[in-house]
Amino acid sequence: MYVAVKGGEAAIANAHAWLAEERRGDPAVPEIGTDQIGEQLTLAVDRVMAEGSCYDPGLAALAIKQSRGDLIEAIFLLRAYRTTLPRFGASEPLETGAMLVRRRISATYKDLPGGQVLGPTFDYTHRLLDFALAAEGHAPSPAPEADPGEDAACPRVTAMLADEGLMAPEQPSDAEPGDVTRTPLTYPAGRALRLQNLARGDEGFLLSMAYSTQRGYGANHPFVGEIRQGEVTVEIVPPELGFAIEIGDINVTECQMVNQFNGSRTEPPQFTRGYGLVLGRTERRAMSMALVDRALRAEELGEEVVAPAQNEEFVLSHSDNVEATGFLEHLKLPHYVDFQSELEIVRAMRAAATPQAMREAAE
Amino acid sequence: MTQMTNDERRNWMGVLARAGAAGITARLDAAPPLPPHTRLRGPEIGLTMLRGRAGGDGAPFNLGEMTVTRCAVRLEDGTVGHAYLAGRDLRGAELAAVLDAALQDPTRRPALLETVVAPLAATQAEARSETARKAAATRVRFLTMANMR
Repeated sequence: MYVAVKGGEAAIANAHAWLAEERRGDPAVPEIGTDQIGEQLTLAVDRVMAEGSCYDPGLAALAIKQSRGDLIEAIFLLRAYRTTLPRFGASEPLETGAMLVRRRISATYKDLPGGQVLGPTFDYTHRLLDFALAAEGHAPSPAPEADPGEDAACPRVTAMLADEGLMAPEQPSDAEPGDVTRTPLTYPAGRALRLQNLARGDEGFLLSMAYSTQRGYGANHPFVGEIRQGEVTVEIVPPELGFAIEIGDINVTECQMVNQFNGSRTEPPQFTRGYGLVLGRTERRAMSMALVDRALRAEELGEEVVAPAQNEEFVLSHSDNVEATGFLEHLKLPHYVDFQSELEIVRAMRAAATPQAMREAAE
Repeated sequence: MTQMTNDERRNWMGVLARAGAAGITARLDAAPPLPPHTRLRGPEIGLTMLRGRAGGDGAPFNLGEMTVTRCAVRLEDGTVGHAYLAGRDLRGAELAAVLDAALQDPTRRPALLETVVAPLAATQAEARSETARKAAATRVRFLTMANMR
Protein backbone atom coordinates (compact mmCIF):
# COMPACT_ATOMS: atom_id res chain seq x y z
CA MET A 1 0.00 0.00 0.00
CA TYR A 2 1.17 3.50 -0.73
CA VAL A 3 -0.15 6.77 0.66
CA ALA A 4 -0.55 10.26 -0.72
CA VAL A 5 2.06 12.70 0.50
CA LYS A 6 2.17 16.47 0.20
CA GLY A 7 5.06 18.70 -0.70
CA GLY A 8 7.88 18.48 -3.17
CA GLU A 9 6.23 20.60 -5.90
CA ALA A 10 9.29 22.77 -6.41
CA ALA A 11 11.60 19.74 -6.48
CA ILE A 12 9.37 18.06 -9.08
CA ALA A 13 9.25 21.16 -11.28
CA ASN A 14 13.02 21.48 -11.11
CA ALA A 15 13.49 17.79 -11.87
CA HIS A 16 11.34 18.16 -15.00
CA ALA A 17 13.26 21.26 -16.08
CA TRP A 18 16.48 19.27 -15.77
CA LEU A 19 14.88 16.40 -17.71
CA ALA A 20 14.06 18.82 -20.56
CA GLU A 21 17.64 20.07 -20.57
CA GLU A 22 19.05 16.54 -20.54
CA ARG A 23 16.70 15.53 -23.34
CA ARG A 24 18.05 18.33 -25.52
CA GLY A 25 21.67 17.45 -24.74
CA ASP A 26 24.52 19.72 -25.82
CA PRO A 27 22.94 22.80 -27.51
CA ALA A 28 25.98 23.00 -29.79
CA VAL A 29 24.76 19.75 -31.43
CA PRO A 30 21.80 20.29 -33.84
CA GLU A 31 18.42 19.29 -32.43
CA ILE A 32 16.96 16.07 -33.86
CA GLY A 33 13.69 16.53 -35.78
CA THR A 34 10.75 14.15 -35.57
CA ASP A 35 10.96 13.92 -39.37
CA GLN A 36 14.53 12.65 -39.01
CA ILE A 37 13.41 10.06 -36.46
CA GLY A 38 10.52 9.09 -38.74
CA GLU A 39 12.78 8.66 -41.78
CA GLN A 40 15.98 7.31 -40.22
CA LEU A 41 15.00 5.42 -37.06
CA THR A 42 12.21 3.60 -38.85
CA LEU A 43 12.43 0.33 -36.97
CA ALA A 44 12.26 2.08 -33.59
CA VAL A 45 9.18 3.92 -34.91
CA ASP A 46 7.71 0.61 -36.07
CA ARG A 47 8.26 -1.01 -32.67
CA VAL A 48 6.58 1.90 -30.89
CA MET A 49 3.60 1.72 -33.28
CA ALA A 50 3.29 -2.06 -32.86
CA GLU A 51 3.45 -2.08 -29.06
CA GLY A 52 1.72 1.28 -28.71
CA SER A 53 -0.93 -0.47 -30.82
CA CYS A 54 -1.47 2.63 -32.93
CA TYR A 55 -0.23 3.08 -36.50
CA ASP A 56 0.94 6.67 -36.93
CA PRO A 57 4.65 7.12 -37.74
CA GLY A 58 4.59 10.86 -36.91
CA LEU A 59 3.16 10.31 -33.42
CA ALA A 60 5.57 7.44 -32.75
CA ALA A 61 8.53 9.62 -33.81
CA LEU A 62 7.37 12.39 -31.46
CA ALA A 63 7.00 9.88 -28.62
CA ILE A 64 10.55 8.62 -29.22
CA LYS A 65 11.93 12.15 -29.13
CA GLN A 66 9.98 13.02 -25.97
CA SER A 67 11.06 9.79 -24.21
CA ARG A 68 14.75 10.34 -25.07
CA GLY A 69 14.68 7.06 -26.99
CA ASP A 70 13.25 4.99 -24.12
CA LEU A 71 10.95 2.93 -26.31
CA ILE A 72 8.76 1.56 -23.51
CA GLU A 73 8.20 5.14 -22.29
CA ALA A 74 7.39 6.09 -25.93
CA ILE A 75 4.93 3.19 -26.16
CA PHE A 76 3.28 4.42 -22.95
CA LEU A 77 2.98 7.95 -24.41
CA LEU A 78 1.38 6.64 -27.60
CA ARG A 79 -1.03 4.40 -25.66
CA ALA A 80 -2.03 7.40 -23.53
CA TYR A 81 -2.56 9.62 -26.58
CA ARG A 82 -4.79 7.11 -28.35
CA THR A 83 -7.22 7.19 -25.44
CA THR A 84 -7.94 10.86 -26.27
CA LEU A 85 -9.25 10.03 -29.76
CA PRO A 86 -12.71 8.76 -30.71
CA ARG A 87 -12.90 5.44 -32.52
CA PHE A 88 -14.64 5.74 -35.89
CA GLY A 89 -14.95 1.99 -36.45
CA ALA A 90 -13.02 -1.08 -37.55
CA SER A 91 -11.34 -1.89 -40.85
CA GLU A 92 -12.11 -4.79 -43.10
CA PRO A 93 -9.67 -7.65 -42.33
CA LEU A 94 -6.35 -6.87 -44.05
CA GLU A 95 -5.71 -8.83 -47.26
CA THR A 96 -2.13 -9.88 -46.62
CA GLY A 97 -2.28 -12.14 -49.67
CA ALA A 98 -2.55 -9.01 -51.84
CA MET A 99 0.44 -7.30 -50.17
CA LEU A 100 2.81 -5.11 -52.18
CA VAL A 101 5.74 -7.31 -51.20
CA ARG A 102 9.06 -5.76 -50.20
CA ARG A 103 10.35 -8.98 -48.68
CA ARG A 104 9.10 -12.53 -48.85
CA ILE A 105 11.06 -15.59 -47.87
CA SER A 106 10.29 -19.23 -47.21
CA ALA A 107 12.47 -21.73 -45.39
CA THR A 108 10.33 -24.67 -46.49
CA TYR A 109 10.45 -24.28 -50.28
CA LYS A 110 13.47 -23.22 -52.30
CA ASP A 111 11.55 -22.63 -55.49
CA LEU A 112 8.10 -21.28 -55.04
CA PRO A 113 5.83 -19.04 -57.10
CA GLY A 114 6.88 -15.43 -56.61
CA GLY A 115 10.33 -16.55 -55.48
CA GLN A 116 12.44 -15.61 -52.51
CA VAL A 117 12.56 -11.81 -52.27
CA LEU A 118 15.17 -10.62 -49.78
CA GLY A 119 14.09 -6.97 -49.58
CA PRO A 120 15.95 -4.39 -47.45
CA THR A 121 17.24 -6.88 -44.86
CA PHE A 122 20.02 -7.00 -42.24
CA ASP A 123 20.43 -10.72 -43.07
CA TYR A 124 23.79 -11.49 -44.74
CA THR A 125 25.34 -8.24 -43.46
CA HIS A 126 28.56 -8.88 -41.53
CA ARG A 127 27.46 -7.07 -38.39
CA LEU A 128 30.63 -5.02 -38.41
CA LEU A 129 30.29 -1.40 -37.36
CA ASP A 130 30.27 0.78 -40.46
CA PHE A 131 32.31 3.86 -39.60
CA ALA A 132 31.32 5.49 -42.88
CA LEU A 133 27.91 6.13 -41.24
CA ALA A 134 29.62 8.13 -38.49
CA ALA A 135 30.68 10.70 -41.08
CA GLU A 136 28.09 13.16 -42.33
CA GLY A 137 26.96 13.53 -45.92
CA HIS A 138 26.57 9.80 -46.42
CA ALA A 139 24.17 9.43 -49.35
CA PRO A 140 23.76 5.90 -50.66
CA SER A 141 23.18 5.41 -54.36
CA PRO A 142 19.63 4.36 -55.31
CA ALA A 143 18.93 0.63 -54.96
CA PRO A 144 19.07 -1.36 -58.21
CA GLU A 145 15.82 -2.20 -59.92
CA ALA A 146 14.71 -5.17 -62.02
CA ASP A 147 11.68 -6.10 -64.05
CA PRO A 148 9.24 -7.85 -61.67
CA GLY A 149 8.00 -10.01 -64.55
CA GLU A 150 4.71 -11.79 -64.75
CA ASP A 151 5.39 -14.33 -61.99
CA ALA A 152 5.76 -11.68 -59.28
CA ALA A 153 2.53 -12.66 -57.48
CA CYS A 154 3.24 -14.44 -54.19
CA PRO A 155 0.65 -17.09 -53.25
CA ARG A 156 0.62 -18.19 -49.63
CA VAL A 157 2.82 -21.14 -48.72
CA THR A 158 0.14 -22.34 -46.31
CA ALA A 159 -2.34 -22.40 -49.19
CA MET A 160 0.05 -24.60 -51.20
CA LEU A 161 0.14 -27.12 -48.34
CA ALA A 162 -3.61 -26.82 -47.83
CA ASP A 163 -4.18 -27.69 -51.50
CA GLU A 164 -2.51 -31.04 -50.77
CA GLY A 165 -4.65 -31.47 -47.65
CA LEU A 166 -1.53 -31.39 -45.48
CA MET A 167 -2.28 -28.14 -43.64
CA ALA A 168 -4.93 -27.86 -40.97
CA PRO A 169 -7.35 -25.23 -42.29
CA GLU A 170 -8.28 -22.15 -40.33
CA GLN A 171 -11.94 -21.91 -39.41
CA PRO A 172 -13.47 -19.45 -41.86
CA SER A 173 -15.46 -16.92 -39.88
CA ASP A 174 -16.65 -13.35 -39.87
CA ALA A 175 -17.40 -13.33 -36.16
CA GLU A 176 -16.90 -9.99 -34.39
CA PRO A 177 -13.64 -10.39 -32.44
CA GLY A 178 -13.23 -9.36 -28.80
CA ASP A 179 -11.09 -6.34 -28.02
CA VAL A 180 -8.63 -6.20 -25.11
CA THR A 181 -8.77 -2.39 -25.16
CA ARG A 182 -12.49 -2.49 -24.36
CA THR A 183 -12.97 -5.51 -22.10
CA PRO A 184 -10.53 -6.88 -19.52
CA LEU A 185 -9.12 -10.32 -20.36
CA THR A 186 -10.74 -13.36 -18.79
CA TYR A 187 -9.55 -16.92 -19.26
CA PRO A 188 -9.74 -18.91 -21.42
CA ALA A 189 -9.36 -15.92 -23.75
CA GLY A 190 -9.47 -17.68 -27.11
CA ARG A 191 -7.37 -17.17 -30.21
CA ALA A 192 -8.64 -13.76 -31.40
CA LEU A 193 -7.84 -12.09 -28.07
CA ARG A 194 -4.54 -13.98 -27.86
CA LEU A 195 -3.49 -12.70 -31.28
CA GLN A 196 -4.42 -9.11 -30.37
CA ASN A 197 -2.51 -9.39 -27.10
CA LEU A 198 0.57 -10.86 -28.81
CA ALA A 199 0.50 -8.28 -31.63
CA ARG A 200 0.96 -5.52 -29.02
CA GLY A 201 3.05 -7.50 -26.54
CA ASP A 202 6.59 -6.62 -25.52
CA GLU A 203 9.07 -7.76 -28.15
CA GLY A 204 11.62 -8.96 -25.60
CA PHE A 205 8.99 -10.99 -23.78
CA LEU A 206 7.69 -12.54 -27.00
CA LEU A 207 11.23 -13.33 -28.13
CA SER A 208 12.07 -15.06 -24.84
CA MET A 209 8.82 -17.03 -24.83
CA ALA A 210 9.41 -18.10 -28.45
CA TYR A 211 13.02 -19.01 -27.66
CA SER A 212 11.89 -21.12 -24.70
CA THR A 213 9.75 -23.24 -27.04
CA GLN A 214 12.75 -23.74 -29.33
CA ARG A 215 14.84 -24.90 -26.38
CA GLY A 216 12.30 -27.57 -25.48
CA TYR A 217 9.81 -25.92 -23.13
CA GLY A 218 6.78 -26.75 -25.24
CA ALA A 219 8.60 -27.73 -28.42
CA ASN A 220 6.58 -27.51 -31.61
CA HIS A 221 9.08 -28.22 -34.43
CA PRO A 222 8.69 -24.97 -36.35
CA PHE A 223 9.63 -24.13 -39.92
CA VAL A 224 9.29 -20.67 -41.39
CA GLY A 225 6.69 -21.44 -44.01
CA GLU A 226 6.74 -17.84 -45.04
CA ILE A 227 7.62 -14.35 -43.89
CA ARG A 228 6.26 -11.48 -45.93
CA GLN A 229 6.68 -7.80 -45.32
CA GLY A 230 5.28 -4.90 -47.29
CA GLU A 231 2.32 -2.61 -47.79
CA VAL A 232 -1.28 -3.66 -47.41
CA THR A 233 -4.30 -1.55 -48.25
CA VAL A 234 -6.66 -0.55 -45.45
CA GLU A 235 -10.33 -0.66 -46.36
CA ILE A 236 -13.28 0.52 -44.31
CA VAL A 237 -17.01 0.52 -44.96
CA PRO A 238 -18.38 3.86 -43.73
CA PRO A 239 -22.05 3.42 -42.81
CA GLU A 240 -22.96 6.60 -44.70
CA LEU A 241 -21.58 5.09 -47.92
CA GLY A 242 -22.40 1.40 -47.53
CA PHE A 243 -19.48 0.24 -49.69
CA ALA A 244 -15.78 -0.34 -49.01
CA ILE A 245 -13.29 2.46 -49.63
CA GLU A 246 -9.49 2.49 -49.41
CA ILE A 247 -8.06 4.95 -46.89
CA GLY A 248 -4.36 4.27 -47.42
CA ASP A 249 -1.62 1.67 -47.12
CA ILE A 250 0.33 0.53 -44.07
CA ASN A 251 3.48 -1.53 -43.55
CA VAL A 252 2.97 -4.88 -41.88
CA THR A 253 4.97 -8.09 -41.38
CA GLU A 254 3.36 -11.52 -41.47
CA CYS A 255 4.90 -14.83 -40.44
CA GLN A 256 3.43 -18.27 -41.04
CA MET A 257 5.19 -20.91 -38.98
CA VAL A 258 4.53 -24.46 -40.16
CA ASN A 259 4.63 -27.11 -37.46
CA GLN A 260 4.50 -30.87 -37.67
CA PHE A 261 1.52 -32.36 -35.89
CA ASN A 262 1.24 -36.07 -35.17
CA GLY A 263 -2.51 -36.06 -35.23
CA SER A 264 -5.05 -36.73 -32.54
CA ARG A 265 -8.16 -38.85 -32.07
CA THR A 266 -10.06 -36.54 -34.41
CA GLU A 267 -7.32 -35.11 -36.67
CA PRO A 268 -4.99 -36.92 -39.12
CA PRO A 269 -1.23 -36.25 -39.04
CA GLN A 270 -0.66 -32.97 -40.83
CA PHE A 271 0.95 -29.55 -40.44
CA THR A 272 -0.49 -26.85 -38.22
CA ARG A 273 0.33 -23.19 -38.20
CA GLY A 274 1.38 -20.52 -35.82
CA TYR A 275 0.53 -17.06 -37.01
CA GLY A 276 2.22 -13.72 -36.55
CA LEU A 277 0.96 -10.41 -37.92
CA VAL A 278 2.41 -7.14 -36.66
CA LEU A 279 2.38 -3.46 -37.52
CA GLY A 280 5.53 -2.22 -39.22
CA ARG A 281 8.70 -3.92 -40.39
CA THR A 282 9.24 -5.90 -37.23
CA GLU A 283 10.24 -9.35 -38.40
CA ARG A 284 11.65 -10.63 -35.10
CA ARG A 285 8.36 -9.94 -33.34
CA ALA A 286 6.31 -11.47 -36.16
CA MET A 287 8.34 -14.69 -35.90
CA SER A 288 8.15 -14.68 -32.09
CA MET A 289 4.41 -14.10 -32.20
CA ALA A 290 3.94 -17.02 -34.60
CA LEU A 291 5.87 -19.41 -32.34
CA VAL A 292 3.98 -18.32 -29.24
CA ASP A 293 0.62 -18.47 -31.07
CA ARG A 294 1.35 -22.09 -32.00
CA ALA A 295 2.49 -22.93 -28.46
CA LEU A 296 -0.74 -21.47 -27.07
CA ARG A 297 -2.78 -23.72 -29.36
CA ALA A 298 -1.53 -26.77 -27.42
CA GLU A 299 -4.80 -27.39 -25.62
CA GLU A 300 -6.89 -26.94 -28.77
CA LEU A 301 -4.67 -29.49 -30.55
CA GLY A 302 -4.79 -32.00 -27.71
CA GLU A 303 -1.17 -31.51 -26.64
CA GLU A 304 -0.06 -31.59 -23.03
CA VAL A 305 0.27 -28.10 -21.53
CA VAL A 306 3.56 -28.26 -19.62
CA ALA A 307 5.59 -25.16 -20.46
CA PRO A 308 5.13 -21.45 -19.71
CA ALA A 309 4.75 -20.53 -23.41
CA GLN A 310 1.76 -22.93 -23.64
CA ASN A 311 0.02 -21.36 -20.65
CA GLU A 312 -2.45 -18.78 -21.93
CA GLU A 313 -2.93 -16.96 -18.65
CA PHE A 314 0.81 -16.79 -17.97
CA VAL A 315 1.66 -15.44 -21.43
CA LEU A 316 -1.22 -13.01 -21.89
CA SER A 317 -1.07 -11.51 -18.42
CA HIS A 318 2.67 -10.82 -18.59
CA SER A 319 3.16 -9.73 -22.21
CA ASP A 320 2.17 -6.07 -21.94
CA ASN A 321 5.13 -3.83 -21.14
CA VAL A 322 3.00 -0.80 -20.22
CA GLU A 323 1.09 -2.81 -17.59
CA ALA A 324 4.27 -4.51 -16.41
CA THR A 325 6.14 -1.21 -16.15
CA GLY A 326 3.26 0.38 -14.25
CA PHE A 327 3.18 -2.37 -11.66
CA LEU A 328 6.96 -2.52 -11.38
CA GLU A 329 7.40 1.23 -11.11
CA HIS A 330 4.64 1.69 -8.54
CA LEU A 331 7.22 0.30 -6.12
CA LYS A 332 8.86 3.72 -6.34
CA LEU A 333 5.80 5.38 -4.82
CA PRO A 334 5.84 6.08 -1.06
CA HIS A 335 5.31 2.87 0.90
CA TYR A 336 6.22 4.53 4.18
CA VAL A 337 3.34 3.13 6.24
CA ASP A 338 3.76 -0.42 4.88
CA PHE A 339 7.45 -0.32 5.52
CA GLN A 340 7.01 1.15 9.01
CA SER A 341 4.87 -1.83 10.01
CA GLU A 342 7.37 -4.30 8.53
CA LEU A 343 10.11 -2.54 10.45
CA GLU A 344 8.18 -2.97 13.69
CA ILE A 345 7.63 -6.67 12.98
CA VAL A 346 11.29 -7.36 12.20
CA ARG A 347 12.38 -5.46 15.33
CA ALA A 348 9.88 -7.43 17.45
CA MET A 349 11.09 -10.74 15.99
CA ARG A 350 14.71 -9.84 16.69
CA ALA A 351 13.85 -8.86 20.27
CA ALA A 352 12.08 -12.19 20.78
CA ALA A 353 14.95 -14.24 19.44
CA THR A 354 17.42 -15.46 22.07
CA PRO A 355 21.08 -14.62 21.63
CA GLN A 356 21.68 -18.40 21.33
CA ALA A 357 19.24 -18.71 18.36
CA MET A 358 20.77 -15.63 16.71
CA ARG A 359 24.22 -17.23 16.85
CA GLU A 360 22.95 -20.48 15.35
CA ALA A 361 21.21 -18.63 12.54
CA ALA A 362 24.39 -16.71 11.81
CA GLU A 363 26.36 -19.97 11.54
CA MET B 1 -24.57 12.26 -68.63
CA THR B 2 -22.71 9.24 -67.36
CA GLN B 3 -24.06 7.59 -64.23
CA MET B 4 -21.56 7.31 -61.39
CA THR B 5 -20.93 3.80 -60.08
CA ASN B 6 -19.75 2.92 -56.59
CA ASP B 7 -16.60 1.49 -58.18
CA GLU B 8 -15.73 4.81 -59.79
CA ARG B 9 -16.36 6.68 -56.58
CA ARG B 10 -14.38 4.12 -54.58
CA ASN B 11 -11.52 4.59 -57.01
CA TRP B 12 -11.26 8.37 -56.74
CA MET B 13 -11.78 8.30 -52.99
CA GLY B 14 -8.86 5.86 -52.67
CA VAL B 15 -6.61 8.04 -54.83
CA LEU B 16 -7.53 11.24 -52.95
CA ALA B 17 -7.07 9.51 -49.54
CA ARG B 18 -3.49 8.60 -50.44
CA ALA B 19 -2.64 12.00 -51.97
CA GLY B 20 -2.89 14.17 -48.84
CA ALA B 21 -3.15 17.96 -48.69
CA ALA B 22 0.18 18.62 -50.43
CA GLY B 23 -0.52 16.20 -53.28
CA ILE B 24 -4.02 17.53 -53.93
CA THR B 25 -3.04 21.20 -53.63
CA ALA B 26 -0.28 20.70 -56.18
CA ARG B 27 -2.90 19.57 -58.73
CA LEU B 28 -5.51 22.25 -58.02
CA ASP B 29 -3.76 25.01 -60.04
CA ALA B 30 -4.42 23.08 -63.23
CA ALA B 31 -8.00 22.20 -62.21
CA PRO B 32 -11.26 24.13 -62.53
CA PRO B 33 -12.00 26.09 -59.32
CA LEU B 34 -13.61 24.04 -56.53
CA PRO B 35 -17.23 24.90 -55.69
CA PRO B 36 -18.02 26.55 -52.37
CA HIS B 37 -18.95 24.16 -49.56
CA THR B 38 -20.10 23.97 -45.98
CA ARG B 39 -18.72 21.54 -43.43
CA LEU B 40 -21.17 18.91 -42.22
CA ARG B 41 -18.74 17.00 -39.98
CA GLY B 42 -15.10 17.55 -39.20
CA PRO B 43 -12.49 17.51 -40.49
CA GLU B 44 -11.69 15.45 -37.41
CA ILE B 45 -9.10 12.93 -36.28
CA GLY B 46 -9.99 9.57 -34.77
CA LEU B 47 -9.03 5.93 -34.78
CA THR B 48 -9.89 2.87 -36.82
CA MET B 49 -9.27 -0.57 -35.37
CA LEU B 50 -7.25 -2.59 -37.89
CA ARG B 51 -8.21 -6.22 -38.28
CA GLY B 52 -6.32 -9.23 -39.46
CA ARG B 53 -7.34 -12.87 -39.87
CA ALA B 54 -5.91 -15.78 -37.87
CA GLY B 55 -3.53 -17.64 -40.20
CA GLY B 56 -4.18 -14.98 -42.86
CA ASP B 57 -7.50 -16.53 -43.87
CA GLY B 58 -9.29 -17.52 -40.64
CA ALA B 59 -11.39 -15.69 -38.09
CA PRO B 60 -10.85 -11.91 -37.68
CA PHE B 61 -8.87 -10.47 -34.77
CA ASN B 62 -8.04 -6.92 -33.71
CA LEU B 63 -4.48 -6.09 -34.74
CA GLY B 64 -4.13 -2.53 -33.44
CA GLU B 65 -5.49 0.90 -34.23
CA MET B 66 -4.46 3.58 -36.71
CA THR B 67 -5.14 7.29 -36.86
CA VAL B 68 -7.72 8.36 -39.43
CA THR B 69 -9.00 11.77 -40.52
CA ARG B 70 -12.52 12.15 -41.84
CA CYS B 71 -14.60 14.96 -43.23
CA ALA B 72 -18.07 15.44 -44.74
CA VAL B 73 -19.08 18.54 -46.71
CA ARG B 74 -22.11 19.80 -48.66
CA LEU B 75 -22.09 21.83 -51.84
CA GLU B 76 -24.66 24.54 -52.58
CA ASP B 77 -26.65 22.13 -54.75
CA GLY B 78 -26.97 19.75 -51.79
CA THR B 79 -24.41 17.17 -52.94
CA VAL B 80 -22.59 15.59 -49.99
CA GLY B 81 -18.94 14.60 -50.22
CA HIS B 82 -17.05 12.29 -47.85
CA ALA B 83 -13.41 11.61 -47.13
CA TYR B 84 -11.58 9.15 -44.87
CA LEU B 85 -7.81 8.99 -44.95
CA ALA B 86 -5.02 7.28 -43.03
CA GLY B 87 -3.13 9.54 -40.65
CA ARG B 88 -3.72 13.08 -39.39
CA ASP B 89 -4.35 15.48 -42.27
CA LEU B 90 -7.28 17.85 -41.65
CA ARG B 91 -6.71 19.97 -44.77
CA GLY B 92 -6.26 16.88 -46.96
CA ALA B 93 -9.50 15.35 -45.68
CA GLU B 94 -11.49 18.54 -46.35
CA LEU B 95 -10.06 18.91 -49.87
CA ALA B 96 -10.77 15.24 -50.58
CA ALA B 97 -14.37 15.61 -49.34
CA VAL B 98 -14.98 18.69 -51.52
CA LEU B 99 -13.52 16.88 -54.52
CA ASP B 100 -15.66 13.81 -53.77
CA ALA B 101 -18.75 16.03 -53.84
CA ALA B 102 -17.67 17.86 -57.01
CA LEU B 103 -16.78 14.59 -58.77
CA GLN B 104 -20.37 13.37 -58.27
CA ASP B 105 -21.52 16.15 -60.61
CA PRO B 106 -21.38 14.69 -64.15
CA THR B 107 -20.61 18.13 -65.64
CA ARG B 108 -17.60 18.69 -63.39
CA ARG B 109 -16.37 15.09 -63.31
CA PRO B 110 -14.41 14.72 -66.57
CA ALA B 111 -12.22 17.79 -66.00
CA LEU B 112 -11.52 16.89 -62.35
CA LEU B 113 -10.72 13.29 -63.20
CA GLU B 114 -8.31 14.47 -65.88
CA THR B 115 -6.56 17.26 -63.97
CA VAL B 116 -6.56 15.94 -60.38
CA VAL B 117 -7.40 12.24 -59.99
CA ALA B 118 -5.58 10.77 -63.00
CA PRO B 119 -2.21 12.50 -62.35
CA LEU B 120 -2.34 11.58 -58.64
CA ALA B 121 -3.21 7.98 -59.53
CA ALA B 122 -0.28 7.88 -61.95
CA THR B 123 2.14 9.13 -59.27
CA GLN B 124 0.86 6.53 -56.82
CA ALA B 125 1.09 3.74 -59.39
CA GLU B 126 4.67 4.71 -60.19
CA ALA B 127 5.61 4.59 -56.49
CA ARG B 128 4.15 1.07 -56.23
CA SER B 129 5.91 0.04 -59.39
CA GLU B 130 9.25 1.35 -58.09
CA THR B 131 8.82 -0.73 -54.93
CA ALA B 132 8.04 -3.80 -57.03
CA ARG B 133 11.12 -3.22 -59.22
CA LYS B 134 13.42 -2.83 -56.21
CA ALA B 135 11.96 -5.97 -54.65
CA ALA B 136 12.48 -7.83 -57.93
CA ALA B 137 16.17 -6.88 -57.89
CA THR B 138 16.51 -8.74 -54.56
CA ARG B 139 14.81 -11.93 -55.82
CA VAL B 140 17.13 -14.88 -55.33
CA ARG B 141 18.03 -16.98 -58.37
CA PHE B 142 18.96 -20.32 -56.83
CA LEU B 143 21.46 -22.58 -58.52
CA THR B 144 20.72 -26.10 -57.38
CA MET B 145 23.60 -28.39 -56.46
CA ALA B 146 22.63 -30.59 -59.40
CA ASN B 147 23.34 -27.76 -61.83
CA MET B 148 26.69 -26.93 -60.24
CA ARG B 149 28.05 -30.45 -60.43
